[in-house]
Amino acid sequence: MVQYMTPHLDASFAALSDATRRGVLEQLGRSDASITELADRFHMTLTGMKKHVSVLEHAGFVTTQKVGRVRTCKLGLRRLEEEAAWIESYRQLWATRFDALDAVVENLKRKEKIDD
Amino acid sequence: MTNLTTIERKSERELVVTRMFNGPPRIVFEAWTTPELMQQWWAPKSSGVPLLSCEMDVRAGGGYRLAFGHDAASSFAFFGKYLEVTPPSRLVWTNDESEDAAVTTVTFEEKDGQTLLTLHEVYPSKAALDEAIVGMEDGMPEQFEQLDALLATLGERA
Repeated sequence: MVQYMTPHLDASFAALSDATRRGVLEQLGRSDASITELADRFHMTLTGMKKHVSVLEHAGFVTTQKVGRVRTCKLGLRRLEEEAAWIESYRQLWATRFDALDAVVENLKRKEKIDD
Repeated sequence: MTNLTTIERKSERELVVTRMFNGPPRIVFEAWTTPELMQQWWAPKSSGVPLLSCEMDVRAGGGYRLAFGHDAASSFAFFGKYLEVTPPSRLVWTNDESEDAAVTTVTFEEKDGQTLLTLHEVYPSKAALDEAIVGMEDGMPEQFEQLDALLATLGERA
C-alpha cells in the first residue's frame, strides 16, 4: 500500500508545486475549458499549456477529452472522489445527530402521553 | 432500527439532507427550536466535540449562537439569525460565520403521523460550496477531527 501510494503522492505534490497549474485547477473548478482558452487566460503558448495540463492529468487532477479539434479539460475523478468522500462524511455527521434526535423525539412523545 | 439519512448535492450550490422521524412535526420542530433539547442531540457524545453553549432566540430576525469545544480557549462558534420561523413546518436561518456560508432551510412535513425532515443548504456560489467541501478541514479543525475519524472508518471498510 505504501509503495503504491508514494509515486501517486509525488506526482500530486509535483503537480501542485507550480503556481500556473494551481491556477488552472482553480479555473477548471469554475468551468471546463479548452487548452486554447487556458493558454490565453495564463498568457502562455499552446505547447506550454499542454505540458502543464499533461502533468495535472498524470496526477489525476484533470481529465481531457478531444472533440473535433478542441481538447476540453475538466477537473479529474480524483477531485470528484474527494467530494464524494466529504459528502459521505457530512452525511454521517447528520446521521449521528439524527440518531440522537430520535431519542429526544421518543422522550417528548412519552412525556406527552403521561401529560394526557 | 434507525431511519436512513440521505444527502445529495442537488445543484452546483445546494446540498439537501433528508430523514424520516417517528413522531409528528410539532414534536420534531420543538426539538429544533428549544435550546435545552438542541443540546441533547446537536453535538452527540460520539462526535467528540461537546456543545459549550447554545443561545437561540427563535423568531424571525432573532439570533442564535452555538459554541463548540472542550473549553473556552479552544472553542469556536456558529452563529447567525433566523429569517423565517413557521411552527411546526419551516425554519430558515443564516450562517454568518463566513461570507461564503449557506442559508439553511429546514422543513418538517407530516407523513402518516411521522415527519419527513428536509434540510436544504444554499451556498452563495458554486465556488463557496466547493470551498466548503475542500477547505472546511482548515477552518474548523475540531469539528473535522470527528470527520477524519469517520473517514478512517470508511477507509477500513473499503
